[in-house]
Amino acid sequence: MAEPYAESPLATYTEVLSRHSVPGRIDIAERPFVAQVDVRVDPKSPAAERIGTALGAMLPNQPGEVAVAGELSVLWLGPDEWLILGPEGSQETIQDTVNAALDGDHAAVVDVSANRTILSITGPKTRELLNKGCALDLHPRSFAVDRCAQTMLARAGVILVCRDTQLPSYWVIVRSSFARYVADWLADAAVEYGSGSG
Amino acid sequence: MSNEFRLADRGRIDRDRPIRFRFDGGDYEGYQGDTLASALLANGIHQVATSIKHGRPRGIMAAGAEEPNALVQIERPFPEPMLTATTVELREGLQASGLPGRGQLSTGDDPARYDTMHAHCDVLVVGAGPAGLAAALSAARSGARVIVAEADTEFGGSLLGSGETLDRAPGTEWVRRATAELAACPEVRLLPRTTVFGHYDDNYLVALEHRGEQAHSRQRVWRMRAREVVLATGSHERPLVFAGNDRPGTMLAGSARTYLNRYAVRPGNRAVVFTTNDSAYAAAIDLADAGVEIAAIVDAREVVSTHWASLCIERGITIHADTAVVSTSGTDRVSSAHLCSLRSDGSRTPSVRQVVGCDLLLVSGGWNPAVHLHSQARGSLRFSEDIGAFVPEQDVRSVRSAGAAAGLFATSESLRSGAEAGRDAARAAGFDAEPGRLPRAEKAPVLASRSVWLLPSPADSDGSTRFVDLARDVTVADIRKATRAGMDSVEHVKRYTTLGTAHDQGKTSGTLSTGVIAEMLGRDVAELGTTTFRAPYTPVTFAALAGRDRGDLYDPVRVTAMHDWHVEHGAPFENVGQWKRPWYYPRPGEDMETAVLRECRAARESVGIQDVSTLGKIDVQGPDAAEFLDLVYTNMMSTLKVGRIRYGVMCTADGMVFDDGTVTRTDEQRYLISTTSGNAAGVLAHLEDWLQTEWPHLRVYLTSVTEQWATIALVGPDSRQVLSRVASGIEVGNDSFPFMSFRDGLVAGRRARVCRISFSGELAFEINVPWWYGREVWEALHEAGQPFGITPYGTETMHVLRAEKGFPIVGQDTDGTITPDDLGMSWAVSKKKTDFLGKRSFSRADTARTDRKQLVGLLPADENLVLPEGSQLVDTAELPEPPVPMLGHVTSSYRSAALDRGFALAVVKAGRDRIGETIYSPVGDRLAAVTITEPVFYDKEGARRDG
Repeated sequence: MAEPYAESPLATYTEVLSRHSVPGRIDIAERPFVAQVDVRVDPKSPAAERIGTALGAMLPNQPGEVAVAGELSVLWLGPDEWLILGPEGSQETIQDTVNAALDGDHAAVVDVSANRTILSITGPKTRELLNKGCALDLHPRSFAVDRCAQTMLARAGVILVCRDTQLPSYWVIVRSSFARYVADWLADAAVEYGSGSG
Repeated sequence: MSNEFRLADRGRIDRDRPIRFRFDGGDYEGYQGDTLASALLANGIHQVATSIKHGRPRGIMAAGAEEPNALVQIERPFPEPMLTATTVELREGLQASGLPGRGQLSTGDDPARYDTMHAHCDVLVVGAGPAGLAAALSAARSGARVIVAEADTEFGGSLLGSGETLDRAPGTEWVRRATAELAACPEVRLLPRTTVFGHYDDNYLVALEHRGEQAHSRQRVWRMRAREVVLATGSHERPLVFAGNDRPGTMLAGSARTYLNRYAVRPGNRAVVFTTNDSAYAAAIDLADAGVEIAAIVDAREVVSTHWASLCIERGITIHADTAVVSTSGTDRVSSAHLCSLRSDGSRTPSVRQVVGCDLLLVSGGWNPAVHLHSQARGSLRFSEDIGAFVPEQDVRSVRSAGAAAGLFATSESLRSGAEAGRDAARAAGFDAEPGRLPRAEKAPVLASRSVWLLPSPADSDGSTRFVDLARDVTVADIRKATRAGMDSVEHVKRYTTLGTAHDQGKTSGTLSTGVIAEMLGRDVAELGTTTFRAPYTPVTFAALAGRDRGDLYDPVRVTAMHDWHVEHGAPFENVGQWKRPWYYPRPGEDMETAVLRECRAARESVGIQDVSTLGKIDVQGPDAAEFLDLVYTNMMSTLKVGRIRYGVMCTADGMVFDDGTVTRTDEQRYLISTTSGNAAGVLAHLEDWLQTEWPHLRVYLTSVTEQWATIALVGPDSRQVLSRVASGIEVGNDSFPFMSFRDGLVAGRRARVCRISFSGELAFEINVPWWYGREVWEALHEAGQPFGITPYGTETMHVLRAEKGFPIVGQDTDGTITPDDLGMSWAVSKKKTDFLGKRSFSRADTARTDRKQLVGLLPADENLVLPEGSQLVDTAELPEPPVPMLGHVTSSYRSAALDRGFALAVVKAGRDRIGETIYSPVGDRLAAVTITEPVFYDKEGARRDG
C-alpha cells in the first residue's frame, strides 16, 4: 500500500509560487492545512456570547472585522456567520470549544479546514498586485490590519484578510478547487514585478 | 526635404532624438515628443486620408482626440485600425497608412498584454491642464488621495500649445513645478497617457492608459472609484460650415497654434483665418510672428476687438469684419478662400466678393466645453449664449466641472475654478483644504463671440459640399433631407444621417449640427439640445477590456484533489460548469467508444472507480432542518432515519425540476445534501433565498462544504471486496451496511464517511475523505482493486451506466419545463406533505395534462445506430409538408456494452402511453425507425445494487 500522505490544494504549486515571488517586492506562498471552522449562530443570542468567552474574543459584530484571540482569528463573514482560523490540526479542539459553549443551543459548527486553502501574499507590491483583480480599496485607511472581506479576486470568490499594512501582507482564502486558478492568476499578475524567470 | 516645415527653435520636441517612421509607403523623420500628425505636418503632409462616403481628400484638422479626419491604420509595431494621427505618439519604426474611414483588424495574434487595475481615491481629477493641475494641487496639499488622469503624453493641457506665460514665466514652467509637487506627494497618483472614457454611477470611472510597447502591458484599463471628481476636461474648438470646408489645409485655429508652439511646426505658408470669436486672433498673431503670412482674418462679427485689431495692424494683417468664408478652391489642398459679406442686403443672393489665395485655412466657430463625462454622470446641460455652446447646468453630486469644461476659457479663470473645485472636492471628502496661491495669467479683454451655424452659400445652394460631420461625410444637404422628412429632434436626425456616430462621436460636429438643425427648423438651439453622450469618450479596443481574462485565465478552471492523477492517466476532460471532470481513460490505441465500452463492462462485471468530488455538498442543520428539507424537496425528508440516505428532487415554485441529489441524515438535526456538479452555488442561493425571505422563522443554517470532501465512487460487483481490503471499522456486508445508508470508519487509514449510493444500479460505495487525503485514498483504492482489474472511469461511462438504468440528469434530460411526473418520478413527490416548493403548480391545468412530454427510452431499429442527442422525433416514416408536428427530442444517447446496441432517452408527448410504438427520427437525410420503451433498460428488478 502507498505511503500515506496529505496533499494541500497547492502542494504541487510550491515551485510555481516561489518562482513568481520576487525578493523585496512580492512573496507568494501557500499556508496549507490551517484549521478552519465555520460558525453560524444568532449574534444576539447568549450562545454567541458564551462562544466569545470560550474563544477568548467576542465574535466580531462589525462587517469585515477580525477578532484575534491567541492563535485564533475570528473572521466576520456575515451577520450570523464567522470563520475561525487556527493552527494546523486544531479544528477538532476549536469545534469542541464552540460546541461546549453552545450547550445544545441552535447553531452550526462545521469543519471547513479542507474546503479552502490560504495564499499568503507579502511585500511592497502586494496591494498593487491584488488590485489588478480585486475591486476593493486596500489602502490602509480603508482596509486596515485585521480587516477581512468576501470579494472577487479576478474571477474567483475569495476571503481577503489584511495581516499587516507595513510589509504589507494579506491572506487570500480560496476554495480548494479554485486554488490553482488563483495561483495561476497571481503568478501571471506578478510577472510585471520581475517574477517568473529562472 | 525632411522636416521642411519644422521651426528651428521653440516647441516641446526633442531635436536630439530623431525618430524615423513610415507613412503611406514614404519614409520620414520626426522627433521625440511628436504625434504622428505633427510629424506629418512638419514634413508638409496635410492630406492623410480620404473620406468614408465621398472619397474626398481629407487632412489633419485638429491636434487631439476631436480629430474627425486624420484616421490611420497602424501597421507596425502591431496592426491597429482606426486611430487618429493626432493621438498616436511617434515611435521609432512606426508604420502607418491613411484610412478611408474603415480599418483592418490584425489577422495574427496580438503579442501584447493588456491588463486591468482597480483604484480608489478621494479626488479624481480628469485632465491636467491649468484647471486640473490647480485642482489636483489644492486637493493633494490637504493629504487627500488624488489621482490625476490626463490623456496626453504630458501634463499642461492648453498651456503646452498656447505659449502663454504665468507669473511672467513660460506657462510650461509652472506646469513642471506643479507636476513635480504632485509627484512628490505619497498619496497622489499621476496617470499621463490615460483617457477617462466612462463615468458611471457612484463615481465609478473607467480609463484607458496607453503604456507603450516597452511596458509590461501595452494598455491598462483603470477601474476607479472616486469619492469626488473634478472634471477638467477642457474644450474642443468647433469648425464652421461652408462649401468646401473639408479641404486639406483647413484646420482648427487653436490646433494650428498648438502645432506651432508645442511641436514647432509651421502648418502652412500663407493662411486665411476665419473666426467668430477672439481666440483665433491669438493663433494668427503667433503664426505671423513665426513667419507665416496671414493673408486675411475673416471675422463674422460686425465689430472686432480693438485689442486684437491693434496687434494685427502692427503686423499688417487685414481684418474683414462682418464677413465669412463661404467656399474654397483647391484639389488636394486648399488654394484659396472665397469671402462674402454677411451684411444683410435684402433678398439678394449674396455673392463672393473676394478670393484670397492661401495654403492654410484656419477656422474657429467657438469652443465646446468637453462635457462628455459630466453628461455621462447625468449632469444636465444648458446652452450659453455668451460662448455659443452647451455648458454644465449645475454640478451633479460629488462631481465638479472646472476650467474650459465649465465654459471658463481664460487661463486665469481655469486656474481659479480648478483650485476651488479641488478644494471643495477635498473638503467634501473630509479634508481640510485651501486653494493656495495661484500663478498670475495674462488677461486679454474678451469680446463676445457670434454664434454662426448656416452661412450663405453662393456656390453650393443645396449644401452637398458643406460638411457638418466630416468623419461621417454628413452635409447640410443630408441634414436638410432629414428635417424635410419631418425629423425635428437631434436624436432622430443623428440616426437618419449617422451624424456624430463615427470614431470621434461628434466631438467637432455635435453642437454644430444642433445649430444647423435649429436654424433649418427655425427653432432654438437651447431647446433642441444635444444628443446623448455615451461612453467610451474615445475608442477602446476589446483586447483592453478583456485584460488578462483570456486564454487559460478566461474563466476559472476548478479541479479536484485527484486531478493530477487523472492527467497522469491520460484522461481527456469534460467541462461541467467550471469543473474539469475526467471524461474517459483511453488505453493506448483506444478510441472513446472502445474505452467507454470497456469501462462500462468493468463497472457492471467487476469494479470501477470514479472521482465524484465535484458534486455540490451543503451541510444543513438546526431544529427545523427536517421541516425545511420537507419544504424544498418534493419528497419527504423528515421521516429519514439518522444514518440513512434518500434520493431527493427539488423543484422551483413553477413545479419544474430544478436539481436532484441525495439527502443524508447525519444526526437528529443535521443533514448533508448533495447537488449536481454544475448547480451547487445555484442550489445554495436558492435555499438561502427561501430561508431568508420566506421562512425566516425556521431555525436552520446552511454551510457549503463542497470542497471539504473528496468523494470517490467505487462501483461494481467487486466493489465490496475492494473496500473491505482497505476499510477498517466498517462492516461492509449487505445486512450490516444496507443500501442508502452510511458508515463512518477508516479507509486506507483515513477517517472517512462511506455511503451506499448507486448511480449505476450496481453495488456501489461513495467514500468521502477530507480533500487533503483524496488522492492518497484514491490511490489506495486503486491499488487494492488491482486483483479485480479495477478500472477508472469518467463522466461518459457514468452517463451510459445511469442511462441504462433510466436515471435522468437534471440539465441534460430536463430543461426547466419538465416536472417530476414527466420524468416518471411521481414516486418522489410526496402526497402526504401539506406544502413544498412546486406542489401548488402540479395541479395547474397545464402541468396536469396527460399529453406532456414524458421521459421514455428509445431503441433504434438499427442496433448499431446511436441517435444524435437533440434529434427530433416525428410520427411518420416520410416527412409531411412543413410544419411537421414534433413529438419530442432525444435527450441522452449512447452505445451500451450491456445491451450491445445503441439506445437513448427522450422526452416524447404522452410517451408513456406509447410504449412499444415505432416513431422516427431524422438522422442525416434519412428517417430512422425507433421503438419507444420504458426508460429502464438494464436490471429492471434492481437485483444488482446489493451485489
